[in-house]
Amino acid sequence: MNWQRWLMIAPALLFFLVFALVPMLVAVYYSGLQWNGISAPTWVGLFNWRHAFANGEAVHAIWLTVELMVLCWIIQTPLSLLLGVFLAGKQKHRAIFGVFYFVPLLFSAVAIGVTWSYLLNPNFGLIDALLKAAHIGSGNQNWIGNPSIALLVVSLIIGWQFIPFHTLLYQSGAKQIPDSLYEAAKIDGASPLNSFFSITLPQLKYTIITSSVLILTGSLTYFDLIYVLTGGGPGNATQVLAMDMYKEAFVNQNIGVGSVLAVVLAVSGVVLSILTLRFTGFSRMESQLEGM
Amino acid sequence: MNTLKKALVAGGCLVVTASVLAGCGNSNGASGSGNNTGSTGQTGSSKASLTLWDIQTGTQQQVIKDMVNRFNQSQSSITVNAQFFENDPFKQKLQIAMGAHNPPDIWTGWGGGVLKSYVDAGDVYDLTSALNADPSWKNRFLPSVMKPVTFNGKIYGVPNDNVQPVFFFYNKQLFKQYNVTPPTTWAQLLSDVQLFKSKGVTPISLGGKDKWPDLMYEEYLVDRIGGPQVFDNVLAGKANAWSDPAFIKANTMIQQLAQAGAFEPGFSSVSSNQGEDAALIYTNKAAMWLMGAWGFGNVLSNDKAFIAQGNLGFFPFPSVAGGTGNPQDIAGNPSNYYSISTASKNPQAAVTFLKDAVLNDQNVQDWINIGDVPPVQGIDTKLKNATYSDYMTFTYDLVKNAPNFQASWDQALSPAAAQELLTDLSKLFLNQMTPQQLSADMNTYIGK
Repeated sequence: MNWQRWLMIAPALLFFLVFALVPMLVAVYYSGLQWNGISAPTWVGLFNWRHAFANGEAVHAIWLTVELMVLCWIIQTPLSLLLGVFLAGKQKHRAIFGVFYFVPLLFSAVAIGVTWSYLLNPNFGLIDALLKAAHIGSGNQNWIGNPSIALLVVSLIIGWQFIPFHTLLYQSGAKQIPDSLYEAAKIDGASPLNSFFSITLPQLKYTIITSSVLILTGSLTYFDLIYVLTGGGPGNATQVLAMDMYKEAFVNQNIGVGSVLAVVLAVSGVVLSILTLRFTGFSRMESQLEGM
Repeated sequence: MNTLKKALVAGGCLVVTASVLAGCGNSNGASGSGNNTGSTGQTGSSKASLTLWDIQTGTQQQVIKDMVNRFNQSQSSITVNAQFFENDPFKQKLQIAMGAHNPPDIWTGWGGGVLKSYVDAGDVYDLTSALNADPSWKNRFLPSVMKPVTFNGKIYGVPNDNVQPVFFFYNKQLFKQYNVTPPTTWAQLLSDVQLFKSKGVTPISLGGKDKWPDLMYEEYLVDRIGGPQVFDNVLAGKANAWSDPAFIKANTMIQQLAQAGAFEPGFSSVSSNQGEDAALIYTNKAAMWLMGAWGFGNVLSNDKAFIAQGNLGFFPFPSVAGGTGNPQDIAGNPSNYYSISTASKNPQAAVTFLKDAVLNDQNVQDWINIGDVPPVQGIDTKLKNATYSDYMTFTYDLVKNAPNFQASWDQALSPAAAQELLTDLSKLFLNQMTPQQLSADMNTYIGK
């Protein structure tokens, strides 16, 4: 029976090898090269690794990436959870809200980046004009050009883009919770708030884990929207790891250092998802409905 | 049923294959110029066939095509075949073609560091003796424009399009309203900044998001304070060249300007590539704007009436008291240049083309007609008769009178050093970095 097994996983395995494992190994090899992508490469061993971490730029980028991951999780998880549970309710009008919430899902990251950079323009932008009309602040707030808040604004826009997707996850998760649980709680005299914290939240445990893994690994490699919105600036205030990798490899024409960052990125992505799955018991898949 | 399925699958495969092949064809080929898509090699006849690679687009591409067509019609023994590429792929394509010893006979470039590396590799035909043999050709061009193609006294290229120096644009309406005259010294500029600021007008528009507009201030101030030698030391790889007092002083002055509130609120998120800085000028929100000559076209395409009403003025970058640089020096993009490969089979024919076709009288007139100023001597009258003559004459005089035309630093530095400088300048403008820190950081990039 063994060969059938191999036959069955062969297509998936092939794709994994060709598009994941081999490129990663090639990147490891490239990280030892002094190469601008065109002329003949020379082997320099660990020089690129020392160089990348000696000049502080990469450390700064890693730190920003961690900040971005934390910000994304804090912004997206509670909001998507609440929206998802809200939309899972049976009242008719909620489906209409759902349509509006899911609109950002339809846009590409580049369109979102360009649109928001117009909205946030400090001189002509809609946001500042509205704030001025409402007499809030100076009306000249510099949203994405101010190094101290740029990353926060970027992560809010990423949230705007991805909350609909995670809402969808939570909505389907919440719909799976058996009604009998809520009925039992009601008979026991639980308030809606009580049943949210004692039934909905624990029942959504695995949805929360799935969504969190997606948020964390997704923000680790997030690139396109930042590229369009700030280009890594002002200065290097939003130069996250993926941006830094692109800059080193394709702007500075330093494929070696770019590959170092790519390897760091890939390894931390794998480690991150393994850790999340381990510590949350997700891989054991215990039943949430024992005794039902 | 089964055969039908097979036929469908086979058909599908064919379509996919065909489209893949077509895709390859497109990416390989030039954006072909109609009648010029012949073979590029030797055709067997005695006619010399030359390949020309260029990157112009739109009306400028038409000027080049017209020039080539006229030349081909006037010549019985030489055919030039012009191919046009996108800017960034072109650089790589040229690099690969050079490495494979199969370059075009004539190609366009920006001079400076990139051309120098090809010259050092022995890839570029030396035009010095041909130019010296024909003084009327050599003297056709403005002297300050020849610097980027001159290495060790030898000339490796000739200009082929238009000059784009950097200077200040200003909103004449706002200047008139507050009774201000264009500043000629840095001190006057600072006091004008104060005045506009007090009237609630943004003194200077700056597209800081794209970072390269920041560099224009640096290039000009360093030249005004210490002359061209200061940056030449960096290029020559002298140790600690970035610690030259001229850099420290220029960067201190930049920070003073920024802290005086000279730039619009949020300048670090305003994009020049998207024309947001130009918009501040033609919507009367900002009074001044330091930009390359192409800024004129940006305003023209967005608000023709603003220019028609004579609201857009120009003045050169102000002088700096106590500076040793010549206040007539300019910075910007001098021109594009045609060079000939040493691998060309017909270098003499290529020289004939550069001499007879490029920036000849008709070609010069074509450039002027589309609003560009070619770097050619003695076209004052032609420019005065052109539409937008005030802008064209101003640009021309600026280049004509300049002892030194500094090409953009980011072209001359290595890509990594240029990126680092742009990032550091962006921080400098935001007061996140001191001039001393910038010098120390850039010193680590010397020779890289």
